[in-house]
Amino acid sequence: MVALNDPLAARAHARAMEGSTAEAMPVLPPVADDLPTDVAPGDLLWEETIAAGGYASRRLSRGARLRLIDLQGDACASIQLFNAAMPTERLNVADTVKVQWNAYLGAGNLLLSDMGRVLMSIVEDDAGTHDAFCGASNAASNTRAYGDGSNSGAFPNARDRLLLGVAKHGLGRRDVHPCINLFKGVKIAPDGAVTPDFGPFALGRTVLLRAEMDVILVVANCPHVLDTRPWSVTPLRATAWRGPITAQDDPIRKATPEGRRAFTNVDDLYRI
Amino acid sequence: MADPYLAGLDGAVIHDEIIPARAPWMHRVLAGQSLRIVDLEGNQAVDLLLYAAADDAERYSAQDTIAAQANIFLRTGARLLSNEGRVMMTITATAVDYHDTIGGACSCESNSLRYGHHTKAQHACVDNFLDANLRDGRGKRDMVSNINFFMNVPVEADGALGIVDGISAPGLTVDLRAEMDVIVLVSNCPQINNPCNGFNPTPVRMIVSA
Repeated sequence: MVALNDPLAARAHARAMEGSTAEAMPVLPPVADDLPTDVAPGDLLWEETIAAGGYASRRLSRGARLRLIDLQGDACASIQLFNAAMPTERLNVADTVKVQWNAYLGAGNLLLSDMGRVLMSIVEDDAGTHDAFCGASNAASNTRAYGDGSNSGAFPNARDRLLLGVAKHGLGRRDVHPCINLFKGVKIAPDGAVTPDFGPFALGRTVLLRAEMDVILVVANCPHVLDTRPWSVTPLRATAWRGPITAQDDPIRKATPEGRRAFTNVDDLYRI
Repeated sequence: MADPYLAGLDGAVIHDEIIPARAPWMHRVLAGQSLRIVDLEGNQAVDLLLYAAADDAERYSAQDTIAAQANIFLRTGARLLSNEGRVMMTITATAVDYHDTIGGACSCESNSLRYGHHTKAQHACVDNFLDANLRDGRGKRDMVSNINFFMNVPVEADGALGIVDGISAPGLTVDLRAEMDVIVLVSNCPQINNPCNGFNPTPVRMIVSA
């Protein structure tokens, strides 16, 4: 143990950490060597590896692309979305499945707000296993599964991770809303039975989202609430870059009458 | 003649009210008390939210409830969980096979997506919820997931999902027991663009016993 019995020694000790790296950390300024060829490095907005059991939050502007990569095949990205300008508007999971007449989210689907607008769209998805029904683990469920679920312990739960994430944008307990779990799947039987799918999955599965409004994204990366294995979750990589606002003739925008009206409602919000 | 809708109730009736078609209703139900909802004329969706009376940031969570029972349908014995994983109410009996909790509540805004902007001016459940909540210290941040009693939302094998013809009938009931003191907030659904109310919103009856 280094003797740190005066402030200058403590300062030297702290400063000596500069340049250290960890598996889970943001890269500032952001650097990524695997951007799509049509993305200029200068348009990179965010590069961060979110810890197994960790969380992150980010404000993304309209048009931004968000790429989430399940690096080692066992991430579970529980997401919250808010209208950054008016966070009382947020992701509405029930409207998302009801309006699109579809329980299983994938490429081409929209993530809808409670105000009839599209917050983000799913542009690409090579995972195909997502969950709009089971929600986030909580302190009680993690205590049952792992003996502890606290943020200060080894087995943090997704809801309390989301609480910390929303708090950093001035939000609180009333703002944590039903979430969508990306990378972990669910199937629903005719009798209503829910069967989760925890893999094992291939490494590097990727979902590409597009912000259709200025949004606050909060993501927790904790084991799925129904995961029966011993604690198992791996890091999640988030990369975001600037992109154009969705064009009128965009195929996702044009795909359905409900979706066209959701985009029309977004246009109306930004008509100032 | 005995009132058939009081049959089988445990304890005495302490509140008995008919919610008119299209209207909101809010009532505190204390731990141990029972709430019976009567679908008087059949196939009337009863959208319901729950808040813990002691701390209304704790509220009903459809996702927690679905995860705990590993089923999207609410049947007899279903434990209605809060966003913090606690049991708020239990369904002690239902004359209808199952009830919905994935379909959400209709809103002016979602109606504009589902049916077109010509429906934007129609009354909707979210406006009922807001109207009642705003008078009790809550607001739009408190609009969360809900139950739709007497509403039918199947999910097909390919993921197709929708509100379809109801499986309720005139006079069918569902009974709930409060496991903690709860604020029950109901919207007697005014929707006229899908089959959830048989295209004709009708009154329902709420009976609290203890």
